[in-house]
Order: sequence, then C-alpha cells, then structure tokens
Amino acid sequence: MIKIEVDMNQCQHYGQCVFEAPDNFKLNDDDKLEYVAEAPDSERDNIEAAVDVCPMQAIRIVE
Amino acid sequence: MSEANPAAPVVIVGAAMGGLRAAESLRRSGYTGAIRVVGDELHAPYNRPPLSKEVLATDVTHEAVAFPSRAEMGDVEWMLGVRASAVDLDARTLTTDDGNVQQWRALVIATGLRARRLDFAPIAGRHVVRSLDDAMALRAELTPGARVVVVGSGFLGCELSATARKLGCAVTIVTPSAEPMMRPLGDLVAKEMRRRLTEEGVEIFSGVNVAAINGEASVESVELSDGTVVPADVVIESVGSDCNTEWLESTDLDLSDGVLADNAMRAVSTSGLARDDVYVVGDIARFPNPMFDDVPRRIEHWNIPTDTGKRAGAVLAAHLADDGTFAEVVAKPFAPMPSFWSNQFEIKLQAYGLLGLVSDDDIRILEGDLTEQAAVGYYRDGRLVGVLGVGMKAALLPYRKQIADGGS
Ligand SMILES: Cc1cc2nc3c(=O)[nH]c(=O)nc-3n(C[C@H](O)[C@H](O)[C@H](O)COP(=O)(O)OP(=O)(O)OC[C@H]3O[C@@H](n4cnc5c(N)ncnc54)[C@H](O)[C@@H]3O)c2cc1C
Repeated sequence: MIKIEVDMNQCQHYGQCVFEAPDNFKLNDDDKLEYVAEAPDSERDNIEAAVDVCPMQAIRIVE
Repeated sequence: MSEANPAAPVVIVGAAMGGLRAAESLRRSGYTGAIRVVGDELHAPYNRPPLSKEVLATDVTHEAVAFPSRAEMGDVEWMLGVRASAVDLDARTLTTDDGNVQQWRALVIATGLRARRLDFAPIAGRHVVRSLDDAMALRAELTPGARVVVVGSGFLGCELSATARKLGCAVTIVTPSAEPMMRPLGDLVAKEMRRRLTEEGVEIFSGVNVAAINGEASVESVELSDGTVVPADVVIESVGSDCNTEWLESTDLDLSDGVLADNAMRAVSTSGLARDDVYVVGDIARFPNPMFDDVPRRIEHWNIPTDTGKRAGAVLAAHLADDGTFAEVVAKPFAPMPSFWSNQFEIKLQAYGLLGLVSDDDIRILEGDLTEQAAVGYYRDGRLVGVLGVGMKAALLPYRKQIADGGS
C-alpha cells in the first residue's frame, strides 16, 4: 500500500493530479480537490507522476 | 566522431526542473550508470512559479520551493555553482568556467531561459524575477508604500503586480501592448483582465515604452515614451526572456530559437540530423508536438520540463541500454498537453493547449460570463486548439479532451 498526503493549505485545486492518477484524485463540482489517501502498489508510477505535476508541490508519498 | 566512452557519465547541463526530471527519468528507465548535473545556480532544483505568487507574498526561502529529492537520485552527482562555457560534440567534452574539461557519454541540454533586461545603466532598485536569488532581492524591497513600476504585462508582470499590491505597494504597469496579457489571451479577455487589475488598484499605462530610468543612488522615476514621468522606488522588468544557448555556439546544433529537437527530444543539427547522444528538455527545447502539427515550437509552460524530461530520459536510457528497444521507444507517441495557470488577486486563470495558435481571432466564450467565471475557446481553422478557464477548472476537462483528440 502507498500512503498519500496532500497539504490542503498549499493545494490550489489545479487538478493536474487528476489526469495522472484518476483513481485517487478528482475535482468535485465545486472545483475542489478530493482524494483517496491510499493506493495499491501497482499505482505507484501514477501517484509519482501526480506528485511531479502538482504546481504547488503539495502531494507527498509517505514512505 | 570518436567512440563514446561508456565509463563517462551522462552529463546534464542546467540543474533546474528540466534537468532534474531528465535525471529521474534516466534512473526510472533503468539506466544505472553515472549521472552528473552541472548548474550555475547554487541552489538544488526548485519550483519557480511561487516566486511571483504565493512565496513572494510571504517568505522567500529555498525550503519553500525546493523539489523533493527521490531515493533513486541518491548517487547522482551535482556540480552546482559551475557554468558550462563550451561543448565539443565530436570529442564529447564539456568545458566549464572553472577551467575543467570533462568527458560525457551523452549530454542533456536543460539550460532554460534568462530574464531579458531593459537597456539602461545599472542602478539600485531595478529587478527581474527568474531565479530564487532574484525573488529574494525583490522581496526585500516590496515594503508597504513602496512605489513599484512593472514593465511588461505578460502573465509574469501581472502576477508580480498583484503580489506587490497585496504587500501594500503602489503599483503601475507600463506596457507597449494595448491590454495586459493581450498576446496570449486576445482582446476580449485581456480587456476584462484590465478591468479587474484596475479594480484592484493597479494603474496601467498601455501602448507606451520606457524612455529612461532616472535616479541618483537608486531609482526615483521612470520616464515613458509619451513624456509621462512615473515616480518609482522599484522597477520590475518583465519584458521577456532569452535562451541560454551561448555555450552551444561552437556546435552545429540548430540554435535559431532555443535548441531544435525532434519528437524524441534528440538535438537536431542545422543539416537536419538528430543525435542519439544529445537531448534537449524544458523551456529551451523547440520540438514538434503532433497534438497540433509538425512545426517545432518552444513552449514556456511549467509542465513542459517534466514531460520533455521524462521523454528524453526514456529515449536516452534505451539508447544507452543498446538492447534493441531504442526504435520502439522512439516511435512511442509523444504529444504532451501544454498547460499553464496564473493567479492574480482573485483572478484564477488556467489553460490547456496552445492559445497562441488561434487564427482569425476565433475566440469564443464556451461557458459562463467573462465578468464572473468563464471557459473560453481558442480555435484554429475551426478546430479547438486551446481553452482558458477564468475561475473555472473542472468545466475545462471535456474541452481539454477535445483538444487532445484533434480539436473537433
Ligand atoms: C517567476 C516565474 C513564475 C512562473 N510561473 C509560471 C506559472 O504560473 N505557470 C507556468 O506554466 N509556468 C510558469 N513559469 C515558467 C516555468 O517556471 C518554466 O517553464 C520552468 O521553470 C522551465 O524550466 P527549465 O528547467 O526548462 O528551465 P530553467 O528553470 O530556466 O532552468 C535552467 C537552469 O539552467 C541554468 N543554466 C543556464 N545556463 C547555464 C550554463 N551555461 N551552465 C550551467 N547552468 C546553466 C540556469 O541558471 C537554471 O538553473 C514561471 C517562471 C518564472 C521564472
């Protein structure tokens, strides 16, 4: 299991992570980010890509 | 040309986002040999966008903007504070300003851009913002009540204006264009941007240039081409940027605008030959994107260093592995979706695609109302090539998909 943390003080809801890891991240109808904090190991590449593309660098994988 | 020395490292020049992503991608694509990153800044790679926005508005520190370092990057060698001065593509060597000549097995060009300066005598109070050091120096002068003149009204100039205003400065924009952010956004949207910036207390002089920067020990005023004199303590020059290609001048690479690359991010010579051992990533790369056409373009958006760095790392790793997968990796489709955002006061812009490709001013309001929230479409020959959200985000997603699918 991968554990994900998003610093919601930093997050500006740009939603770039949504394209990389749609199983874990989505923008709701109010344009706010919602996320699932756990992902199977098979999702690691996608989660890392989501970390990379976050303009605010607000996403972390907790090892 | 000499045989590549397999013991020499892959040398990446430019220790910023593009260089970092290329190094990470080499490792992730299975390359286990030596990697050395040479960069002239003293700081490890950091994120630039907050330097005109959130971080400039609070405390400018490296910690606030540093990119996290991954475990697989542990044995990458960083040569920071060192400038590349020349390269020999035949001998596969790089010369740096400390007098060293080093061998490389493959080269990644990631030296990005630098801020262009106005052509006036140096004087205290003149600033640009490209690097962390630039932002630190500027931050110290953005004190409440300071009179700030921002020259240029691109995204960066408008963001810096908004941040300075938030910090209590009196802000004037001076720009040769008719409206702020005119070129990327188009007349209709840019007029609305002017309305909003003005409402927030930013004064805008448009259609004028700077004729002189006056002052004894430091800046006291800015004189405009129409004779107007604007009192100023701080001048921020946001008038575009130039590509850091000087160190490549003795090569036969195509440097007509940045460095030309093919769709695999391999550097291309003036005679049209792509090199398997030299790659280009980030702001400096001029490459074709089949999402739009086969015209090579430079794209100064934040997602490009990451997308091109990943692509270059994967292709180069396959070349170095020499395991028969190279042709297959090169042939993989590479059509990154350009995307950018910009925050100015309550104005939240977000865009996908290339707004600048619009033809015949074919710009359409797709949803909403510009004075509040809207999605705006940019069309080339009737096909959607870009979408801009003014305060809208999730609503853009179907349009983003339409652009990726060819625009119709
Ligand atoms: C203040 C600011 C705000 C921005 N905001 C946004 C935004 O909101 N949205 C958006 O989409 N984009 C934004 N951008 C653009 C985005 O940050 C760039 O696209 C990105 O930084 C480009 O990365 P790069 O690695 O290609 O180049 P650069 O970041 O320019 O890095 C190149 C590196 O190479 C070094 N170098 C240059 N020459 C040499 C040499 N001869 N030897 C050794 N090292 C050398 C440079 O010092 C630098 O460290 C912003 C840029 C700035 C400056």
